[in-house]
Amino acid sequence: MKLKCLIATALITATAAGQARAELPNVAQPTPDKATLNYGLKATKLAGGWYVIAGANDDFSQANGCNIINTGFYVDDAGVYVINTGTSRLYGEQQRALIDSISKGKPIKQVVALNLHPDYFLGNQAYPKEALAATKVTIQGVKAEAALYETNLYRLCGDWMKATESAFSTQTIVPASLKRFGSKPIEAIELKGHTDSDLVLFDPESRVMWAGGLVFYKRIVTTPHAKLKPWIESLKTLQAMKPKVVVPSHGPVSWGSEAIEQTLDYLNWLDKRLAEAAEMGEEINDVMKKGAPERFRNFAAYPAEFYRNVTNLYPVYEKETLGGF
Amino acid sequence: MKYGCSITRMNSIWGRALCVAVALLAGNFFATPVQAAAAEMGAVKGDLTGGDPLGSMQWPDMKGQFFDANAAMVFDARIKVTVPLFAEDAMNVPVSFDASAIGKVKKIVVLVDRNPIRKVLEFIPEQARPALNFRFKLEQASPIRVAALGQDNVWHVGYAFIEASGGGCTVPGATRADGTWTQTLNKVAGKMFDANQLRDDARLRVQVSHPMDTGLVAGVPAFYIEEMILQDKNKQVLARLYPFEPVSENPLFSFDFDKKPVGPISLVGRDNNGNRIDAKVTQ
Repeated sequence: MKLKCLIATALITATAAGQARAELPNVAQPTPDKATLNYGLKATKLAGGWYVIAGANDDFSQANGCNIINTGFYVDDAGVYVINTGTSRLYGEQQRALIDSISKGKPIKQVVALNLHPDYFLGNQAYPKEALAATKVTIQGVKAEAALYETNLYRLCGDWMKATESAFSTQTIVPASLKRFGSKPIEAIELKGHTDSDLVLFDPESRVMWAGGLVFYKRIVTTPHAKLKPWIESLKTLQAMKPKVVVPSHGPVSWGSEAIEQTLDYLNWLDKRLAEAAEMGEEINDVMKKGAPERFRNFAAYPAEFYRNVTNLYPVYEKETLGGF
Repeated sequence: MKYGCSITRMNSIWGRALCVAVALLAGNFFATPVQAAAAEMGAVKGDLTGGDPLGSMQWPDMKGQFFDANAAMVFDARIKVTVPLFAEDAMNVPVSFDASAIGKVKKIVVLVDRNPIRKVLEFIPEQARPALNFRFKLEQASPIRVAALGQDNVWHVGYAFIEASGGGCTVPGATRADGTWTQTLNKVAGKMFDANQLRDDARLRVQVSHPMDTGLVAGVPAFYIEEMILQDKNKQVLARLYPFEPVSENPLFSFDFDKKPVGPISLVGRDNNGNRIDAKVTQ
């Protein structure tokens, strides 16, 4: 009886995995080489004709070239649409060479940065200025913070950053009117929480979702511009869209809405933990020291990124408890 | 000391390395002193660090700058100093210290070796525990010292090392940058927390609205709170705190009390421009 049961479970698992494989190929991982400053970027085809270029699921380091972001593109008969340009001029150039090899050199139609963080746009230099696009809020944010990003990433990533300068977007995306990439219909929605403008691109036909910075999979979230409550609401919106494949900016490509649910689980825990800590009069060092529950401890970038979460967010909860000025 | 090391007077580098390894194995990812016993300072001949367990060449100079020439001093790991592994926000580096293991303390001085302004604050605990939590601005990775003057008239010095990318002292704070500090200057927010499952003493957390300018940002003179006195309902002094420029903007302090003081607690003080602080914590 027990054996039968086991076989049945195995069959179900195999079927589920088989189904997943049909939609979710093994995503090729980058093979960076610091000596030659080669990111070793690889493109993997997803459903709906989308390509993803995976980054390492890790924290910034010289070994991974600070390439920790998933970027992507779509090739139409007439040209190419690019999502995020990575962390440096070099990344942008190598990304473009990879795209050109697949698109046979078709013209670049549009290059979209999903939010204001540096790994979304610092490769912009490799692309025609007039194709660079982002939302109004993202463009404003990038202009305000670009100099700080450059300094910080040069310090962290060294030679990988050579000759990188911010190239600002020239096209302002109005999400409601971004309805297609060439012949492919898409839905663009602007949410917030991870930053003040988190752009999400959704392909209603293949149900592939480019979730940007709102979703982190098997990685602790980053929070320099985060507001947890709106972020949690935004994730519920994404959940309701019932994606089949979610490409998060950080962490592996995921099946169904698992990655969204995982991010929600962490944010809900963090929000509650920080609120309770503030209510009890806990100090920031104690909150960091106690750490996160077991289920989050095997995520990439734990505990360093968790410490940053607490540093970024706890003062807001303290202020609420103590009362403002 | 929870993650303490039983090796005393570690003169060899191996002894120290072993001790660090023990601390790491114990899961202690925060910087706490690794030397268990008080070591005499300056005992080692030809040692340019004056016997500093953190090996900082600035230490002998700091000793001369902040303490009497004949002051008795020992490094003492019983003074617990907790800082994050890495100063993520150089404008707000959280420090927690507790000197209660050496008994009653007359006065505590906090110093940072590699800050352009080294003295962070002075604290006279009076009725409070000789423990304090605060945040400060860090210019670069540096040792931090918490020197507590005990009843024995000896300065017991606790220490930790903070890693940082830095820049905290020479960039303006948020309210200085956007000019909003004038609207709330010297206003106070605060709350008394009863003993709870986390600790068996009462804790007062107070935050004062102040830009705490270091004077190291071009065109902005030093402007900081220099005195804060806590009093209970009967005007009995509970604690005296003397902050200096490196304390963070809108400073937030936690004071701990073995016995909950009779409220409402009042906080009186002033900044170096003579603006008064006078507030009551009623929560």
